[in-house]
Formats: sequence, structure tokens, C-alpha cells
Amino acid sequence: MTPDLIAFFVLALIAIAAALGMLLGRNVVYSALFLVLNFGTVAVFYILLDAPFIALTQVSVYAGAIMVLFLFVIMLLGTETLPVSKALPWQRPLAFVLALILAGEAGYLLFFRKVTSGTIPQPVQTFGSPQAVGQALFNQYLLPFEVTSVLLLIAMVGAIVLTIKEKGGQGK
Amino acid sequence: MIPINYYIALSAILFTIGALGVLVRRNPLIIFMSIELMLNAANLAIVAFTRVYQILEGQIFVFFVMTVAAAEVAVGLALIVAIFRTKHSINIDEMNNLKG
Amino acid sequence: MDLALWIEFIIKGFILIFAVLTGFAYLTLYERRALARIQTRIGPNRAGPQGFFQPVADAVKLIFKEELTPAKADKVLFVLAPIMTVVPAMILAAVIPLGTQFTLPFLNRPVTLYVSDINVGVLYLTAIASIAVYGIVLAGWSSNNKYAMLGGLRSSAQMISYELSLGLCFVIAILLGNSMSLLDIVEAQKSVWFVVIQPVGALIFMVTTLAEVNRAPFDMPEAEQELAAGYHSEYSGMKFALFFMAEYEKMIVISMIAATLFFGGFREFWFLQGTVFSVDHFWWLGPIYLLLKVVVLLFLMIWVRATWPRIRYDRLMAFGWKVLLPLSLALVFITALGILLANQFGAIYIWTIPVLSILAGLIAVLLVNMSLRRKVAHA
Repeated sequence: MTPDLIAFFVLALIAIAAALGMLLGRNVVYSALFLVLNFGTVAVFYILLDAPFIALTQVSVYAGAIMVLFLFVIMLLGTETLPVSKALPWQRPLAFVLALILAGEAGYLLFFRKVTSGTIPQPVQTFGSPQAVGQALFNQYLLPFEVTSVLLLIAMVGAIVLTIKEKGGQGK
Repeated sequence: MIPINYYIALSAILFTIGALGVLVRRNPLIIFMSIELMLNAANLAIVAFTRVYQILEGQIFVFFVMTVAAAEVAVGLALIVAIFRTKHSINIDEMNNLKG
Repeated sequence: MDLALWIEFIIKGFILIFAVLTGFAYLTLYERRALARIQTRIGPNRAGPQGFFQPVADAVKLIFKEELTPAKADKVLFVLAPIMTVVPAMILAAVIPLGTQFTLPFLNRPVTLYVSDINVGVLYLTAIASIAVYGIVLAGWSSNNKYAMLGGLRSSAQMISYELSLGLCFVIAILLGNSMSLLDIVEAQKSVWFVVIQPVGALIFMVTTLAEVNRAPFDMPEAEQELAAGYHSEYSGMKFALFFMAEYEKMIVISMIAATLFFGGFREFWFLQGTVFSVDHFWWLGPIYLLLKVVVLLFLMIWVRATWPRIRYDRLMAFGWKVLLPLSLALVFITALGILLANQFGAIYIWTIPVLSILAGLIAVLLVNMSLRRKVAHA
């Protein structure tokens, strides 16, 4: 039981508890905050997996921008006071059964088929460093990089077009 | 070094919780958050395998997945806001105008 | 990860938190005295010699104040919000190098004067700056008060907008230092400080960080006279003290970051290198130099607060998006161009960077002037 393993189990427990908290939270803001905790824990996992650049990008982008956007929309919509509608009666048990089947498939693949065998080699010091990621991004993957920037531009324009209010009228 | 199976198991559990969230909850914001959780679980699996096989392209792929997820969240939340403005309700059962 | 490393981390963490807290306490005194002198009065000088115990008196007062919680406020989030504001302010300081290393005399163990020097130090700063928005949004929302919520949303929108220019200023420092690690950036400033190579970048950095900490002249969302003190209007007692603490600690940490990125960090002036005043000679000069630089930068912040009026909120947002963001993009481009020219043709071409960036700054000022004149002519 090395300290690494103990740390992993504690963090994994926190991640799963945060995900369950998001699922079962009665209040939408609490769900969003639990998801932020989950993203933070996953960022720590990325650091343990020798991906420091991806870990801090996760904190910046997911926990720092996407969830703030969620919180803004939740707070501005003010939907907690709306009544909750009735669900179909067979929906919840069926969902649980399907989730159990999914978990069962994953467990089968993990325990009865070898995912990896042998020892995991120690990577070079600069494996997940920004230099390595930057070299790959700007030399081999330049086209996807530029396409992603155009995609982000399209998303920004789309978000504005969807929510713009014409002067003296409803939204377009 | 922690065996990579543990990371994959964690990723599978998080993915299942996310899938459950999409199926069970009725608030579209929570459904959206569960989709983000699923994307995150997949990212964790990719980074775990990248560590095992020493291929840096996995981390590049995760970077792009994060960016595309950010774009998707922006447009999706704009959609939810636009729907809320016209219908004054965000109950997922009532968003069935394209049916039939 | 042996036990000695754990103990070293814990001790360093405690020392850092203690230093930041003491710095916050005496920054309040420093600010009140400095503001007072600029306004030709004296400032607090009763609670001890020259007001030395004034922060202690303030702390005692705030501890004994009655803490009111609004009736329908969300209790959990109401208590969580100040904590989520203070913690990022403190942990920002973890990657800032306070000096080189020294060896403990008895145990013969080299001890580095920073908590950790990760190779993505500057990205860590950006990430924690993004996390700092949460406390303010939650404070505004959980108070169950329309004005507090509006103040919280305004304040967080301001912070998110200026984070973009802040990230680009970080990129300028990364380009000049050729690394994301803060220790490497300080070592790269051995021969000349980055503020000399990119003065407009340093200026934009200072302006942007003032907006990030919601500090004058950008403190419209939270000033006492506006919107009934904004997002912390419902807070009293120790929770208010935590918000106060967060703002001042952010000021201190941001001055440390500015000193590290642009003003040479813990290193001495470049012409003192090799003399007896150098950090390589006495390791304990490192923190002292950093402290001096931080004190000067804090005085600049206090001076700005005492001198300039507040910027109105819509002008503030227009300034951030329409002026600072294009200007910092242009500065990144100029810096990269200068470094490329220096690598290709010789080191003298690095001096195209200050020339071109001052030109870009003047063009920006000219354009803003022209657009303001057009507005006045139309109105």
C-alpha cells in the first residue's frame, strides 16, 4: 500500500462522490459545483499521469470557463422555482438496468481481458511538457489547430446569433 | 506506479454515472453537465493510455476534445437560453416541437 | 516521495501562508498610511508606534462583530463563497520563486526557496486566476439580494474579460523567457529585465491585473458607494474580512508575479551581477530584493487608487475588449517577431521589440483619442 496508491484511492473516491453528487443533487447550483470538484480531481489525475499541460488546461478551460458559463446560465435563468414534471414510471428502473449492463460490460473487459501487460515504462522527463505538446501541435497537427480556432469562432458567432434581441422585438 | 486498469475502471465508472445522468434527470442543464462528465471520463481514459504507450498524440487529441467541448457548451447553452425565452420552461419533455 | 520531502513541503507551505497573511495585515496599514499622506492627512497612528498594531485592532474588531446571514440565503454557499475567494489568492504564491537555494547547515540538505517549480508555472497562474471567479459569483448569488447578484455578475464578467489580456501578457513573458517555468524566466532576466525589452507589455500587465483584482480604478462592482457595495454587501464580520483579505492578498501575489515576470524577480539589477550585492553571493538577498520590488509595485497600485476616478462599467468592459485585447495581441506578435529576427540575424534585433511596441501603444492611444472625439462630436 504505497502512498501513491492511497492517494489514488482517496482521489478516486472524491471524484466518484462528486459525480454522484452532481447526479443526485436537488439544487442545480450544487450539481454544478460538484462537477467543478470532479473536474479538479480529474486534473490531479492528469498530473499523476505525466500530463501537466493537459491538467492545467483542464482546470483553465473546463473548471474555469465552461462551468462558469454554466453557473451564469443557471443563475440568470432562475429555473429553480419552476415545477418539476412527472416522469414516465418505467423510465428510471430501465435507466438503472441499462447503466448496470454498461458497467458490467466495462468490468468484463477489464477483468477478463488483459488491457495491458508487463510493466509500464518510465517516460522521458519532457513527455507531457508544454514544449513537447507545442512542438507536436504546431508541426504535425497545425491543420486541426487552425480548424479548431475557426470552430471556436463559429461557436462564438452562433451563440451570439441565437441569443441576440432585435431592437423592440423578441429574439430572432 | 498505479496499474493502468485502475484508471480505466475509474473512467468507466464516471462514464456510467454520466450516462445515468442523461437518462434519468429532466433538467436540460443537468443533462448537459452529464454529457460533459462523459467527455471528461473519455479524456481520462485517453490520457491513461497515452501514458502507457508513450504516444504524445493522445494528449494532443485530448486538447482538441476539450476545445470542441467548450465550443459545444457555448452553443448548447445559447440554445437553452433561446428556448427558455420563447417557451418559459426548460422541461425536457416539452421540447418536442419537431415530433411527428 | 520520502518523509523529508513531505515535511519540507508542509513547512514551506506554512511559512508561505504565514508570510502572505502577515503581508496582508501590514498592507492594510501601508495602504491607509499611503492614501492618507497623498490626501494630506496622517492616517492611523494611534494603535501602537506609528500605527503598528492597527491591523491587530482591525482583526479583533472584525472577529467580535455580529455576523448576519440573510433569511433566505443559501447557507452552505454563503459560507463557502468567502473561502472559495481566499484560497486561490493564497495558493497563487506557491510557484513564485523567492530565491535560489541554500543548504541547511546541520542536515546538509539543499532547500529551494519556492514551494514547487513546475514546468508549467505560468499556466498554473492562469488556471488559478480562472478559479478565482467562482467565489465572487457564488457570493453574489447566495446573498439572495438582487443588487448583490448584479454586483457579483458584473464583477465576474469584468474578471473574465480581463483574463484574456492577462493570458496574452503571460504569453509575452513566456516568449521572452523561452519557458513556462517561473524560475527559468527569472534566470533569463539575468542580463536585462524584461520590462526594458517590452515596456508596454509590462504596463498592460499592471493594468490588467488591477482589473483582475477589482481594484481601483476598476472597482466599480464593489466599491462602497456603488451598488451598495456589490457582491459582498450582505457579508459582515469574519466573512467580510475574508473577502477583504482575498483582495489584498491578490494584490500582494500579483505584485510578486509582476516582479518575477517583468522586473527580474529575486535577482538584483543586472549591473550588480558578480558583485557582493548579487544573489549568487548571499542567498538571503533574494527574498529581500523581491520584497523591495513588491513594496514599490504596491505603492504604485495605492498611488493609482488615490489619484484616478473610477471607470464606468460599460467603459471598463469596452476598454478591456476593444483596446487591451487587440493591443496585447499586437504586442505578442511584435515580441515573437523580435525574437525571430534576433535568432536569425543577431542579438541586436531584440531591440526592435521596445521600438515597435511603443509605436503600437502610441497608435492605440491615438485611435482611442480619435474615437472619443468622434463620440463627443456626435453627442
